[in-house]
Amino acid sequence: MSSVQEQTGTAAGSSPPMSLRPSRPRHVEKVIHLGLILAALVSVATTVGIVLSFVPPNVEFFRQVPPLDFLTGTTWTPQFTPAAFGVLPLVSATLLITLLAMVVAAPLGLATALHLSEYARPRLRRVLKPLLEVLAGIPTVVFGFFALEFVTPLLRTILDPIFGGETPEIFNALSAALVMGVMIIPTIASLSEDAMAAVPNSLRQGAYALGSSKRQVSTKVVIPAALSGIVAAFVLGISRAVGETMIVAIAAGQRPNLSWNPLEGMQTMTGFIAAIGQGDVPVGSLGYDTIFAVGLLLFVATFLMNIFSIRLVRRFREVYE
Amino acid sequence: MSATQAPGATQRPLSLQGQGESNADRVFRWLLLLGLVVAVSFLVTLLTFVILRGLPRLDSRIWQNMPTLRRPSLAGAQSAVFGTIWVVGTTAVISIPTGIAAAVYLEEYANPKRWYNRAIEVNIQNLAAVPSIVYGILGLGLIVRGLGLGFTVLAAALTLSLLILPTVIISTREALRAVPQSIRHGSLALGATRWQTTWRQVLPAAVPGIATGQILALSRAIGEAAPLLLLGGLAFVTFNPDGLLSDYTVLPIQIFNWISNPKEEFRVLASATIVVLLVLLLAMNALAIYLRNRFQKRY
Repeated sequence: MSSVQEQTGTAAGSSPPMSLRPSRPRHVEKVIHLGLILAALVSVATTVGIVLSFVPPNVEFFRQVPPLDFLTGTTWTPQFTPAAFGVLPLVSATLLITLLAMVVAAPLGLATALHLSEYARPRLRRVLKPLLEVLAGIPTVVFGFFALEFVTPLLRTILDPIFGGETPEIFNALSAALVMGVMIIPTIASLSEDAMAAVPNSLRQGAYALGSSKRQVSTKVVIPAALSGIVAAFVLGISRAVGETMIVAIAAGQRPNLSWNPLEGMQTMTGFIAAIGQGDVPVGSLGYDTIFAVGLLLFVATFLMNIFSIRLVRRFREVYE
Repeated sequence: MSATQAPGATQRPLSLQGQGESNADRVFRWLLLLGLVVAVSFLVTLLTFVILRGLPRLDSRIWQNMPTLRRPSLAGAQSAVFGTIWVVGTTAVISIPTGIAAAVYLEEYANPKRWYNRAIEVNIQNLAAVPSIVYGILGLGLIVRGLGLGFTVLAAALTLSLLILPTVIISTREALRAVPQSIRHGSLALGATRWQTTWRQVLPAAVPGIATGQILALSRAIGEAAPLLLLGGLAFVTFNPDGLLSDYTVLPIQIFNWISNPKEEFRVLASATIVVLLVLLLAMNALAIYLRNRFQKRY
């Protein structure tokens, strides 16, 4: 304290009317500020870049394929002659696998979040949270391998006697979807738990004071109060499932297939992009443009879901914080 | 809590203790555990399966030999190991400074009420959830073709940098936010400029949190395969990269390559390589968790 006084004392001595303005212009500060802004703008440039990279190939693609045929056609044979560009088989496969994955991930993720937020003791939390992080950190190529080499054979032995003959194909939507569902549990669990943590404790205490059990507090107070955050978590989970590539590329097969039977192999939008993009596709060819057309559909779908979920999260933050 | 309950249990009149757990409550509690049970047993099964499946080939051949298709017993993933080091190393050099700078801007400089700063923030949140293969398409269209970098280490690293940048920014911002305002105010009150405050007070205090975030982001880059499929990572590479403009392959892609091969030996090799990859990732995860628990200051 005394040293500060001494310093201000000497400073005041050298420049008489103690000014609170900067003593000299700070040019370096301005340069640094500018640099930081530029770094933040890289993210904007990324979005612009995504849009820009989509435009020319899509213009080229839709000059050759009418958009209506693309969106409503039921045959997808871009590499055959005559080629057909009806994207519905890819879309239906994506929807089916996403739906099945969410059937696994939504209840289990929500249960995990509720357990961690309302039930688990601190010591259990300290073990479980890192475990979920490890699960979230496993590369998707590993999940794909597991789906193909472990889950599919398991499904074949289990389902064979039940369905009598109609066994899952080697590449099938079901095993990809089941593994994807487990993959998404940590995403849904951690986002929903954040939402539950934002619920003010006074609401819980009020319910307990009225004699509620822990289950009643969980289902009648915490879940309704955190609902928008939970929905946001589900939507983000769906967005992840739609965009997931390696699991479906490895385990779901490469056959465009307009079928709702999860025991059959089918190709999703991401699966198609991965399959056709692996080779060195010549620029300007219709095959090259097709990647961008399907990619655009994927980007628009996930973009809408992400924005929807970001808005929801904002809203519940505004309510409680 | 327990102090008030204990006497209540012995004296019956007007007990404030609950009536115990009803059956519905008990069933509900067990149901909630189901998610964790599934997640944990899935993880254990996966690890066990991969280790057992890969055990016959889990030896030094993986990082000493090059990939070969003709003799599976001699095949290894050395070029992929070095490719991963090159690609992820370059990614770290590009994404860490950029990400931290962007986070510092948003957290320390930007006025959150301005529309453009909010737009940047929403944009980053959205980018964090854009599917990784879309980044592959961006890389293919703009970096490989547009900038003419071709299928090189640099193109892959630039693409992966854009991919992990949102993660880096979001985790760095959280670390910066955990530094109490009083430290900033103290520094500013002593006459430090905004940058001096950030550089000498806020960033050092946030280092453990930032480091944890960087490690997790980089471990994501190590495991990422989908975007690199589009960027030529699947090429059959039998040499280690020797520069930024060299051809490359990386571990997840090499694994994918072997999984796609119907020969049994390659499936076993894929499994063994997965074990190597997972050990690397688990080590990074453990380091991140350790850093967070050991050095994180609580204010």
